[in-house]
Amino acid sequence: MPISLEEVRHVARLARLELDEAEVLALQGELNALLGHFADLQDIDVSGIDPAFQAMSLQNVWAQDVIQRGFTREQALRNAPTSKGGLFVVPTIIEG
Amino acid sequence: MANYLASVGMEVHAELRTQTKMFCRCPVEFGGEPNTRVCPVCLGLPGALPVPNQQAIQLVLRTALALNCQIAMHSTFHRKNYFYPDLPKGYQISQYGDTNPIGFNGYLDLPSGKRVHIRRVHLEEDTGKLIHESDFSGMDFNRAGVPLMEIVTEFPPDISNSVEAKEYIALLRQTLIYLGVCDGKMEHGSLRCEPNISIRETGSDRFGTKTELKNLASFRAVQLGVQFEVARQATVLEGGGAVIQETRGWDESKEASYSMRAKEEENDYRYFPDPDLMPMQFEQNEVDRLRDALPELPVAKRNRYIQSLGLSDYDADVLTAEVERANYFEEVVAAGIEPKQACNWMNSDLAMLLNDADESFGASRIAASELAGLLSMIDSGEISGKIAKQVLRDMFATGESARQVVERKGLTQVSDESAIRLIIQNVIQDNPAAVENYRAGQQNVLGFFVGQVMKASQGRANPETVQRLLRELINS
Repeated sequence: MPISLEEVRHVARLARLELDEAEVLALQGELNALLGHFADLQDIDVSGIDPAFQAMSLQNVWAQDVIQRGFTREQALRNAPTSKGGLFVVPTIIEG
Repeated sequence: MANYLASVGMEVHAELRTQTKMFCRCPVEFGGEPNTRVCPVCLGLPGALPVPNQQAIQLVLRTALALNCQIAMHSTFHRKNYFYPDLPKGYQISQYGDTNPIGFNGYLDLPSGKRVHIRRVHLEEDTGKLIHESDFSGMDFNRAGVPLMEIVTEFPPDISNSVEAKEYIALLRQTLIYLGVCDGKMEHGSLRCEPNISIRETGSDRFGTKTELKNLASFRAVQLGVQFEVARQATVLEGGGAVIQETRGWDESKEASYSMRAKEEENDYRYFPDPDLMPMQFEQNEVDRLRDALPELPVAKRNRYIQSLGLSDYDADVLTAEVERANYFEEVVAAGIEPKQACNWMNSDLAMLLNDADESFGASRIAASELAGLLSMIDSGEISGKIAKQVLRDMFATGESARQVVERKGLTQVSDESAIRLIIQNVIQDNPAAVENYRAGQQNVLGFFVGQVMKASQGRANPETVQRLLRELINS
């Protein structure tokens, strides 16, 4: 089931990628090749096999609800491109 | 104007009362300096691995059971992908699917008798907080990763007007507080209610376009907001327009909703199972144990107070409104005080004192055992009810026990017959006309004499002894 140009543009929009038409065409080809591999997998008969979403067969891996200190604010902000007043500065977002 | 039917779906987010976040062990507290409760996991740093909070899972199980849900014995976490600065990982960990959320297919019965079906109770994580300053926008991630429980009602909606919407959120909040899973503070955003509202003409079986309301910080806002949206949508339709599917904010001061953002495209979150998180597998005996350990819930408690303890509907409502007050009441009763008496003292005298001091039953400076101590002194005849009111005020002011106050001020009831006899003789002497009336058959004059004797004894004479001796002396 080949992916349409419109689907490529939609996926790019969701990923916040700005693509020109040449890139959209090129990615359509690449994505179709990828999906082709998955199509091969789809052909395998898996009836009678439970779906496995994890590579490990672990379950109920939980932690106790006990506080452990993480970063100081200075540590947290150290790698931020811009910070101000203890906040991570982000592009201005207009709401409402 | 055509007749319209409203349909209201309710989506409620409750921050869970845990010590730490959902997938890391950073502390959960309201407020605090920005970005002081963060670590590589909740900042979404590469390579950091989430580990679920066991306590949060237990709290969701508890809630799901209390809301009569089926439990997904096998339940998994998913990634919900979207771009927004409040989400450092680029996805929110949530639970997808109809039968995968920890609880599904439940219901909550409202006091009005209406049953509201619940589609799902699932576990996810809260987002960070976007803060708009005058010259920039910034992120505080203290709240990012706080355990968040989402409770969604079933479609088609059972709720059909603003009063029911308010009733639902009020009972749900009360239930969550009773369960101890959420503090219920709507004003702090630890309980958030987002109704979606649509209307359709009476007789039509097609649901109208819905709008979603945000920023409702109180029950009142929920009721007014839903009411406003129903009326607004009706006006749009009457004017020949079409309702736009959008998210609308609630402006508390204008008591009106405003457009926040239109849903430009169908949500495309590309959910998939989170490979970092192992599935949850619950055992039936564990679920049974949690079900058995559920506390008595508000409606059941209220009904028991009425049916077994003989309280009025009103008294039962007041006592069960807050779980702290109900617990206080039950402690007083457990100490041997008659329920109606305990209720009266709590809801009048003590409530007034607490109210004036801006305190609550949960943190009352007069403990339940202390109130029980006071009331048992009335029962045993050591002090009169009237004196007890004064003693309660003193206990509240000084922190003394009832007995300490009574002894310090010498307020014990006078049951000594010779002392009371003396007072009665004086009163009889001073009121010869009243004595004549009584002897002439006016039985109600006895009340007047009792009053005079009590007054003369400054309220300390034992009323029963007074009654008995009066009859004896006045007839002699």
